[in-house]
Amino acid sequence: LKYSFLCVVLFTPAEGAAGCRLSFLFPVCPSDISPRNNNNNPCERSCGVSAMFSGLKDKVGEVLLPGDEFSLETEDTISLTERVKPEKVVCGPGLRRSGDRLLVCKSGVLRHKQPNMFWMDSQQRRYVPAKGETIIGIVTVKSGDVFKVDFGGSEQASLSYLAFEGATKRNRPNVQVGDLVFSQFVVANRDMEPELVCVDSSGRANGMGVFGGGGLLFTVSLGLARRLLSPHSEVLSDLQTLFPCELVVGMNGRLWVRSSSVQQTLVIANLLQSCDTMTAPQRQDLFRRAAQGAL
Amino acid sequence: MASDSVKLSKNLLRMKFMQRGLDAETKKQLEEDEKRIISDEHWYLDLPELKAKENLIVEEKSFGPCEELRYGRFSFKGFNPEVEKLMLLMNPRDETETRDEEDLSRMQTDVTDEEMALRYESLVESMKKKFAKKRERAAPKDDEEEEDVNHNAVETTTKRKFLKPQD
Repeated sequence: LKYSFLCVVLFTPAEGAAGCRLSFLFPVCPSDISPRNNNNNPCERSCGVSAMFSGLKDKVGEVLLPGDEFSLETEDTISLTERVKPEKVVCGPGLRRSGDRLLVCKSGVLRHKQPNMFWMDSQQRRYVPAKGETIIGIVTVKSGDVFKVDFGGSEQASLSYLAFEGATKRNRPNVQVGDLVFSQFVVANRDMEPELVCVDSSGRANGMGVFGGGGLLFTVSLGLARRLLSPHSEVLSDLQTLFPCELVVGMNGRLWVRSSSVQQTLVIANLLQSCDTMTAPQRQDLFRRAAQGAL
Repeated sequence: MASDSVKLSKNLLRMKFMQRGLDAETKKQLEEDEKRIISDEHWYLDLPELKAKENLIVEEKSFGPCEELRYGRFSFKGFNPEVEKLMLLMNPRDETETRDEEDLSRMQTDVTDEEMALRYESLVESMKKKFAKKRERAAPKDDEEEEDVNHNAVETTTKRKFLKPQD
């Protein structure tokens, strides 16, 4: 079953993740890639997984909608001579497992990473916490042993005062209300209050914790934050050549910039906020004009 | 004591000191009775054995491992040297870079082979001197400038003996 729809899609041709804007879509019918077949036979299931794997691979780079599913196909003839290796499929954000099927739950482009990772690349501004992600938070409440940190999610996260490097009961960290903290999630699911720590599993800070003043905090879309953090980021390489500056990127879409003068800081902040929805040549042109001092 | 007239309770009979007189068979019977009592009281689920399905689909909620996101703090053109150090530490390094770095670090911190050989030479000399006799230690040796390369002149290294006084 092929589904056809009209859509006007703009892709930014970047090596990292592409931020795609789906302006309008007219889907005809949701696609059901293959009939569902419940069975407990392990070698049939792993055959099915490899079939699903190839089904997923075919769709890499295509736009998918919520409701599309990839299910296990059972082949009619299972060759006993082949050694069946159960292949694991890792589904990232935007894909969900429902029983034996893989469901798409966010509209976007399907991406693939070797050997077996698939995820949906989509745009949004609202951050949903996930374990292990580093974010910039603002301390709002300091109550006894625990700080409440606002990271832009549905509720505030808690940050214990012992979760800093070298903090003991007697030696409390110097954190005030209104401070910016660069920390990572240690508990982040939909059933519990999110918890942050400013220290890694071995007790070292690794640059996390309260970071200094004198800069500017602003929000961008999550896609731009991820594009800045991706391995060969073009935005970052354009930014490197501009001014000497310091940048902290939080995966919740918050950026903090500090440069040698207030004007330069404001220029960088404005550049980053506006280059979110630009194509690569437009962005490079803008950065060039900023470097020349026209802005 | 007329033990027949007095009925001893089951619990009393189960006690250790009462069991010493019994023989093996009665002991086994008592044990089985006890086990039956316990197993009747044990609650269990009367369900068929469920085998946990091996999950071939793994869910990953974060974008970090998917897109291989880097460390979140950056510093450009030396604005904050500590952050630059952190950037080098925290970011996953590429393979070729690590190899070059290893070679460089080996040259800078470790002792090279040549230095090691020179050190061993001098070490051997000093240790030899330690075990040499006092007279040999006192005599200065020139090993560098030897005019007699072909060893034509035979060295006279005779031990000094006691010279008898000649009458």
